[in-house]
Amino acid sequence: MARVTELHVNGSMRRIDADPERMLLSVLRDDLDLTGTKFGCGEGQCAACTVLIDGVAAKSCLTKIGAVGSKKIITIEGLAPEGKLHPMQEAFLEADALQCGYCTPGMILGAVSLLRRNPNPSETEIAAGMNGHICRCGTYPRVVRAIRAAAGKGGRA
Amino acid sequence: MKRRDFFSVLGGGILVLITADEDPIYAQETGGQLRGGAMPSDVSAWLHIAESGAITVYTGKVEVGQNARTSLTQAAAEELRVPLSSIRMVMGDTALTPFDQGTVGSQTTPRMWPQIRRAAASAREMLLDLAAQKWGVDRAALACADGKVTAGARSATFGELTKGEKLARAIPSGVALVPPADWKVAGTSLAKVNGREIVTGAHRYAYDMKRPGMMWAKMLYPPQFGASLVSLDSSATEKIAGVKVVRDGNFVAVAAPEPHLAEQAVAALKAEWTHVDAETDSQRVFDYFKQNAGGGAGAGLTPYTVAYIAHVPLEPRAAVAEWDGDKLTVWTGTQRPFGVRSELAQHLGISADNVHVVMPDTGSGYGGKHNGDAAIEAARIAKAVGHPVKRNWTRDEELTWAYFRPGGLIEVGGKVAPDGTITEWEFHNYNSGPSALNSPYHIPGKKEQFHQSRSPLRQGSYRGLAATANHFVRESWMDELAHSIRMDPLDFRLKNATDERLRAVILAATDKFGWRGRKKTAGHGFGIGAGFEKGSYVATCAEVSVDPNTGTTKVLRTVVAFECGAVVNPEHLRNQVEGAIIMGLGGALFERIDFRDGKILNNRLARYRVPRFSDAPAIESVLLDRKDLVSAGAGETPIVGIAPAIGNAIFDATGRRIRRLPLEA
Repeated sequence: MARVTELHVNGSMRRIDADPERMLLSVLRDDLDLTGTKFGCGEGQCAACTVLIDGVAAKSCLTKIGAVGSKKIITIEGLAPEGKLHPMQEAFLEADALQCGYCTPGMILGAVSLLRRNPNPSETEIAAGMNGHICRCGTYPRVVRAIRAAAGKGGRA
Repeated sequence: MKRRDFFSVLGGGILVLITADEDPIYAQETGGQLRGGAMPSDVSAWLHIAESGAITVYTGKVEVGQNARTSLTQAAAEELRVPLSSIRMVMGDTALTPFDQGTVGSQTTPRMWPQIRRAAASAREMLLDLAAQKWGVDRAALACADGKVTAGARSATFGELTKGEKLARAIPSGVALVPPADWKVAGTSLAKVNGREIVTGAHRYAYDMKRPGMMWAKMLYPPQFGASLVSLDSSATEKIAGVKVVRDGNFVAVAAPEPHLAEQAVAALKAEWTHVDAETDSQRVFDYFKQNAGGGAGAGLTPYTVAYIAHVPLEPRAAVAEWDGDKLTVWTGTQRPFGVRSELAQHLGISADNVHVVMPDTGSGYGGKHNGDAAIEAARIAKAVGHPVKRNWTRDEELTWAYFRPGGLIEVGGKVAPDGTITEWEFHNYNSGPSALNSPYHIPGKKEQFHQSRSPLRQGSYRGLAATANHFVRESWMDELAHSIRMDPLDFRLKNATDERLRAVILAATDKFGWRGRKKTAGHGFGIGAGFEKGSYVATCAEVSVDPNTGTTKVLRTVVAFECGAVVNPEHLRNQVEGAIIMGLGGALFERIDFRDGKILNNRLARYRVPRFSDAPAIESVLLDRKDLVSAGAGETPIVGIAPAIGNAIFDATGRRIRRLPLEA
């Protein structure tokens, strides 16, 4: 299979040179130095590696770079491009929905994707929609609160 | 750092060094200037105000999610009367910060927090002295607020006052501090100081570190604990361009210029290892603990068991090591940067003076990142290959080669009088540890012992240490005793609790929970767990439902009352308390390391279940703010009440007493 030579990330086309079998997570982190996307397990169980692919949350640790094609990727670094925080980022800070923060970029992108699918989710729907994300510090109730607050403020932007 | 280096490194200004309590060597330095090269050797923190007015606090404590960076900033801001944003906190860097034992045992708040307040208070006094001297005014006429010293119409910023100065002062801890009743910054819910860096992904954890020319390393670990390498065929690996193989006895590693090549390289190694006959497994280990303990209890006690569990920090262990001649720099996530420096010095055979450990704020630890496993691997490989090396552990390595919270066997017995007074109490803990072994209830003549044993797995610290195991058994047994005389579990605890602080949290939790008015319905149950550890008190109430067909327990609601003296940051404290409930729920209900034949059987997150959104109950926290008491740490103790509260609630729901952790085994 031909090597992958470009990737649309955070609004621009980036030159890369990667074996198509490599995982998107590694290409983002190791080739493009976008380290806001985290490695947590490499088995799709924790969602710390979540990015948006064409607006939908995806686990970059299980996404082969060869399957991405011309799809548009947004990482946490691309969520506040002009330095102005996304409403979901604001909501996480406001609800103190983090401790060590290692899961936070993935949580925020997962939450953004959730609100695109369901702009006004109930607490139960949030818990179900976010259940693939692990926060070992146990901030789940705060994350639910943050997502509810962001939904109220149009956090689906 | 040597005394003479301070100002050359930091620039001019004023510097306050906090020395150890009641040390005669430093008593003579009280309030005085440092002379000559008399740099105190056991300084615990220092604070520098530069000629620009920039305030920097240096501490060997680290940030692992417990919000020490914020609380310590609050400490300095409170005493210096400056905005939080004007303070920079340098933490856990062995070249820049004073030695520290480690961010362990909930000691940051009781020990470092007051030290930094003292440093800041002293700096404030020095600034007032400078202003009084410069302006020739009485010190009493001066005020310090908002980063300025003022006297009537006169005003100067800290930078204006420190310009051209090189003042260093070592002080012992006895400096007047702002009393809690007058706190303006301390005791308030300030937001996480570096929250923005985290929500934007800008913060670099150890896992994210890179150095120019860096290689990615992987280890070849043995298939069983304790196995030795018989033979190694690395010919296929060595054909991969740019890959290097490192072998030193049983230590086998590869390094590659790209991460996926390192994975290919380690997979291409062919190794033969000795076979190890494992002594026990996760099913039989509890008998093993008793057999291997020196001494123990007699017959007639009731056994409880506690499984080994894993920390599962979401950021696995990680390190980047770089050599410059015989000098080594390592970036790693650890709770003990100075401890890791010593480990590196020992393993690499160099002086600790030549080792620099940098600890970026880390993706959690929970007691699991006390040592330098990844750091040592990275340093050894980097030395062998002549490049900086990154060694990031995978999840399965984290779940296999880290250390675990100890498993344990606990045997308990006791008697109770018809009025609820406990008349006999015997408690024996095998292997899991002595923390919180002693009952906080008033029981004359009680007998409590910890029996050291052998552990088939590598074991170590975990949030709360053995306090979770000991509280689980003690509070479950309290429940058993209460039921044996048909006494309400709350009344039974109050009957035997004489410690007012313990009574206060029990009453606060049960009151908020509505314990007295609880209504029993089929399949629902209510439970209490309370206790004391490391200077703080907790009581937890839980309501559960148990599915009659599957037996699956769902924790519906919890109330936790917590008291740790004067509260430093209420919102961050609530976050810790709630987080401890959720983490503790995992160990209570389903977390367990399975092992057999010298192998971990569930070393993947798909097989090792941790709490998720759907497991989280409604949590209400009640904080008892005791401004009259010194602040204790809060990262650990809130975890100890949830397991017995759930176990007791399951008994209430089903009549079935489960005497093991996890409860759903």
